Amino acid sequence: MYGTGILKGMAVVMKHFVDSYLDDFYWAARGGRYYNDEALQVRQGVKGRGVKTVFYPEEKLDVPERFRFVPFLVTDDPPPGQKWGKDWCTSCGICAKVCPPQCIWIERGKQPNGRPKPEPNAFFIDIDICMNCGFCMEFCPFDAIKLDHDYELASYNRTTAHIHDKERLSKPLSYWREIAPKKAAAEEAARNFVEEAKAKKKARQAGDGEPDPTLADEHARQLMYRGDTY
Amino acid sequence: MTKQIGVDSPDMVVPQELQNNVWITNIAKILDPVYNWGRRNSVWPMVFGLACCAIEMICTAASRYDLARFGMEVFRATPRQSDLMIISGTVTKKMVPTIVRLYNQMPEPRYVLAMGACASGGGPFKEGYSVVDGIDKFLPVDVYVPGCPPTPQALINGLIALQEKIDQQSIATVPWYGKGDPTADGVVPIPVLGPDLVDMRQLDIIRQQAAKVEATAAAGPETEAATE
Amino acid sequence: MSELILDAPEPQEEEMAVGTAVSDDPVARAAALLKERFPDAVSDDPREGYSGLMVDVDKLVEVATALRDDFGFNYLSSVTGVDLLSENKLEAVYHTYSLDQGGDALVLHVQVDRDNPSIPSLVPVWPGADFQEREAWDLIGIHFAGHPDLRRILTWDGFNGHPLRKDWKEPFFEEEKKPFGSRWPDGGVFRAEEKNPFGKNVQYPAGWQPTGNEYDVETDMYLPGETHVVDPGTGIKTDKVTVNIGPQHPSTHGVFRMVVVLDGETVVDLKPVMGYLHRNHEKIGERNTFIQNIPYTDRLDYLSSMSNNHGYVLAVEKLFGMEVTERAEWLRILMVELTRICNHLWALGFLLNDLGALQTPMLYFYLERELILDFFEATAGSRMMCNYMRFGGVAYDLPDDVRGTPTLQFLEELIYGNLPRVLDQGDQLITGNEIVRSRCIGVGVLSREDAIAYSTAGPVLRASGVQYDVRRANPYSFYPHLDFDIPVRFNGDVMDRYDIRMEEMRQSLRILQQVLPHIKATTGQKINSDKPQYALRAPRAGEAYGRVENPKGELGYYITARRREGNPDRYHVRAPSFINLTPLGKMCQGHKVADIVVILGSIDIVLGEVDR
Repeated sequence: MYGTGILKGMAVVMKHFVDSYLDDFYWAARGGRYYNDEALQVRQGVKGRGVKTVFYPEEKLDVPERFRFVPFLVTDDPPPGQKWGKDWCTSCGICAKVCPPQCIWIERGKQPNGRPKPEPNAFFIDIDICMNCGFCMEFCPFDAIKLDHDYELASYNRTTAHIHDKERLSKPLSYWREIAPKKAAAEEAARNFVEEAKAKKKARQAGDGEPDPTLADEHARQLMYRGDTY
Repeated sequence: MTKQIGVDSPDMVVPQELQNNVWITNIAKILDPVYNWGRRNSVWPMVFGLACCAIEMICTAASRYDLARFGMEVFRATPRQSDLMIISGTVTKKMVPTIVRLYNQMPEPRYVLAMGACASGGGPFKEGYSVVDGIDKFLPVDVYVPGCPPTPQALINGLIALQEKIDQQSIATVPWYGKGDPTADGVVPIPVLGPDLVDMRQLDIIRQQAAKVEATAAAGPETEAATE
Repeated sequence: MSELILDAPEPQEEEMAVGTAVSDDPVARAAALLKERFPDAVSDDPREGYSGLMVDVDKLVEVATALRDDFGFNYLSSVTGVDLLSENKLEAVYHTYSLDQGGDALVLHVQVDRDNPSIPSLVPVWPGADFQEREAWDLIGIHFAGHPDLRRILTWDGFNGHPLRKDWKEPFFEEEKKPFGSRWPDGGVFRAEEKNPFGKNVQYPAGWQPTGNEYDVETDMYLPGETHVVDPGTGIKTDKVTVNIGPQHPSTHGVFRMVVVLDGETVVDLKPVMGYLHRNHEKIGERNTFIQNIPYTDRLDYLSSMSNNHGYVLAVEKLFGMEVTERAEWLRILMVELTRICNHLWALGFLLNDLGALQTPMLYFYLERELILDFFEATAGSRMMCNYMRFGGVAYDLPDDVRGTPTLQFLEELIYGNLPRVLDQGDQLITGNEIVRSRCIGVGVLSREDAIAYSTAGPVLRASGVQYDVRRANPYSFYPHLDFDIPVRFNGDVMDRYDIRMEEMRQSLRILQQVLPHIKATTGQKINSDKPQYALRAPRAGEAYGRVENPKGELGYYITARRREGNPDRYHVRAPSFINLTPLGKMCQGHKVADIVVILGSIDIVLGEVDR
C-alpha cells in the first residue's frame, strides 16, 4: 500500500523519540538525567541508547591516550620553585626533518667553543601550519616531543598566540604521565630496558660473558621509535 | 566588564557638572546584557563548508555535540540571514572572491570564525600556489580555532569564545544592521583573479613591486623568489 | 555467522604467491599483440623500472582504439602528465584496464617535446579522459589536440603558467625538496608571507601591471548558442537561463560549482566547475619525502583517510619492494572496511538530506559513524586524519580499550550489533519510503556503456551493471582470502547507487566478521617492519602505481622516483570523485533542477579529492 514505507520510517523516528525519554527516566533514578558521569560513559559507548549528546563544556568527552593535537616538549619535572626542568630535547632535528608541513624551527644550542650542544636554544612551532600528524612524536628518539591533549586553544589573535615558542611548548614529564599514563609507562620501560642493555653491553665488553640480547635490544629500540606497545 | 559609551568615552563630551548624571550610561548598561544575551544565544552560522573541517563542523551540529544547545543549530544557506561565517577549511585563491562577496552580504553585526589551521594561516597547504595563507588577509577574524582539524569540542570551545566576545560588546558601538553606506567601512573589496589573486586594496603595492621586479629582471637574474 | 568464520581460509604465504601471479597475463598478451600490429609506433618502455609501452605520439589514437576494441582494454583509468625537465620532454601516461579480464594495467607512455607539447586527445576514444586531460593541460601544460573543451580546470583562466612543471616556483617557494635547511640547526621562525615581496601569497609575472580590465575570466563558462526555444504548439518563446549552482551551496558537498543551462526547470546542459579546493596536493607531494605524504593523503578524501593511506603505502611498497607483516594486513583491512562503512553512512545521509529528508536519517547514521570515529581516535589518535599506515605495516597496534570497553569487545559489539542494526534501521526508515523511491528511481541514469566509457569507478560503475571491484579484479592485501560479494545493480539510476552503498556496507560487515578472528589470532605479532622510516630512499628508479578500491571508487597513486632519492619525482593521484564527475552533465540532462543535487549526491564526491 502506498505510504507504508513512510509510516514505517515514522515508526523508527517515534521509537527514537520514546527511547530518549525511557533512557532519561532510567538515568534519572541513577544519579540524574544529565551531567551524570556514569551515564555519559554508557551513552557514548556501543551500548548507548537514547540521548547521546555530550553537554560540552559542562561535561567533556574523554580523549583517548593517543589523541593528537598540537605538540609540546617534555622536560624533567621541575625542581621546586621553578617552572620547568631540564629539556629532554637534544636538538637532533629529526622532528624538524620529518615534519610534513615543516612547521618546526629549532635553533641548536652551542657550546662556548662553538661545537653543538645537545639542547635547543630556541624551539618554535607554528600551529597555523601544524597538521597534528604526530610524526614528530613518533620519530623522536628521546621521547622529547609529544602531542598534547589540550584542544581548548581558541584565541582572538593569531599573530601573538599561534607561534608557540619553547616557553609555551615546554611541559613537565608529570603532565605527560597524567594525560597518557600507559604510553608514558611503556616508554619509560623501554628507556630503562635500553639503559640496562647498554650497561650489560659495557659489562660484557669489560669481560663479563653474557649472551647478546640483540633481538630484544632491537625491539626496545623500536619501542623508543614508536611507543606503540601499550 | 563591558566597554560602555559613557562619561569616560572619548566619543562623548560630557560637561563637568553633568558627570554625576549617568542616566544615558545606565540605559546602555541595562540594555547591553539583554541585547547581548539575545544575540549570543542565537548566533546563526552560514552553511558554508570549505574542506575537511566542514565535516567536523557538521559533526558538531549533529546529535552528539548538538549546537542547538547554544542556539546555533540554525544553519542558514544564505548570508543575508546569518550572523556567523565559519571558515571551515582551506581557503583557496579561486574561492576567496566568493567568500568575500558572501561576507559583504552578511548583515551587521557579523562574525567570522577561522576554524582550523588552514583558515587561520594556510595550514599544511600554506606553501602551495593556490592557497591563501589565512582568511584574515581578507576578512576580520573574530576567533581562531587551531587544530587540523579541530575536534567538535574544540570548535564549540571557539564558539563559546565568540559568545564571550559578544558579551563584551555594547549596543552603542556594535555596527547596526542596514545602517550606513554599504561602500564604507566593513565592506571588503572583492579580490579578483588575474595571473594570481589580486587584492584590490593593494593595487599600489602591486604596481610598485611589479615595477621593481621588472627593474631587477632587466638588471640581472631574477631574485624575487629566492628565500635562501 | 560462526560457520562463515570457520570457512575463511587461513592466510598462507604460498597461496598468496600463486594467487597473484597470473600465468596467462592479459597485459603481456595485449602488449605483444600491440607491438606486432604497430611495429613502428609501439615499443617497450626502455627506461629502468618502467613497465608498459612507449607509443609514438602520431599513432596514439589508433593504438588506443585498437586497445579498446580489439584487445579488451576498454577502461581508461588514469591520464596524467609528467615533466621530464632534464630531458626537455613532457610525458603523458595512460593506465588502461580490461574490465572483463581484470588484472594489472597496460600503461602507455607518450613523450613529446617540452617546447611544443601537443598530444592528440583521447576524448573521442574514451570520454572519461575529458577532465583528466584538462587537468594535465592545466597543471603540466600538455596541449591535447582535438579536445572539445580544453580549458583550465583546477586553476582559473588567466592563471600564470603551469604549476606542476618542475621549473615553476610558487610564491612561498623555499627549496626543491624537504626537509628545508632553514628549519634546523639554525631555525629562526618566520612567516613565509613576510618574505614575499607582495606581502601575501601571490606572485605576478614580471612586468605585469594590473589594469582592471583583464578580470573577465568566467565569460566562456556561459555557454553560447541559442538563447531561447519556441514551443511548437503554442509558439511561446522560452528563454534559456544560465544558473550557477555553487560554489557556495548547501547541496554541492563542498565548494563545487555547476553552470547549468535551464529551459524552464529542465536542465539542458550542465558543466561542472571545480578547483575551489585545489590545495596543490601533487606539487607539495613532489617536494615531500615519501613518508611525509602519508598525512597529506588523509586530506584527499577526508571522509576515508584510512583508504587513502592504504593506496599510497601500497604504491610505495611496490616501488620499494617491501613486505607487510601479517597482522598489519589484517589491521589494514579492518580499518579500510570500517572506513567504507563510515563513508557510505555519510554519503547516504547526505544523499537523503539532498532529497529533502532533512537531517533525520543523516543524524541517525552519524551516531554510529561517531562510534567508528571513536575507534579510529583511540587507535590512530585522530577522528578523521588518521595517518595510520606506514610502509610495511601500520603505525600503532590496537589500543587496550575504546570508550572504556576493551577494544575487541567494542569491535564485536560494533560489527555484530550496532552497525547491522543501523543498516536495518536505515532500510526501515527510508529505503522503502515512497517519496524517496519516486525521487530516485529512473533519475540520473547512466548506461553500462557510458559508465565504462566515462571511466567511472566504484559504486557508480557497479550501479550501472559492471561488476568491477579492484579488491577482486586486481587483488591486493589479504582480500583474496576473504569471502565477500561484489554487489551490482543494472539500472544505473540514483536508487541503484543508493542500494549499492547499502549492500556494500553489508558486505564490508561480512569482511569485518571474517577479519576479527584473525586480529585475535595475531595478537602480539609485529605490526611494522623495523626500519626507521623517516629517511627512506628509493632503492630503484622507476614508476609504481598502487590502486585500491576506495569507498568512492578506484583510488590510484602514480609515483615515479629516481634511485637514491628521498622524494617522489612525480606524484599523481587518480581521484575517483574527480573522474566520476565526468558524466555528471550527461546524467543531469533532461532532469529538473531539483534532481541535480540528488544526482550529484548519488555520485558521492568529496571536494578534497576532486580538486586535490
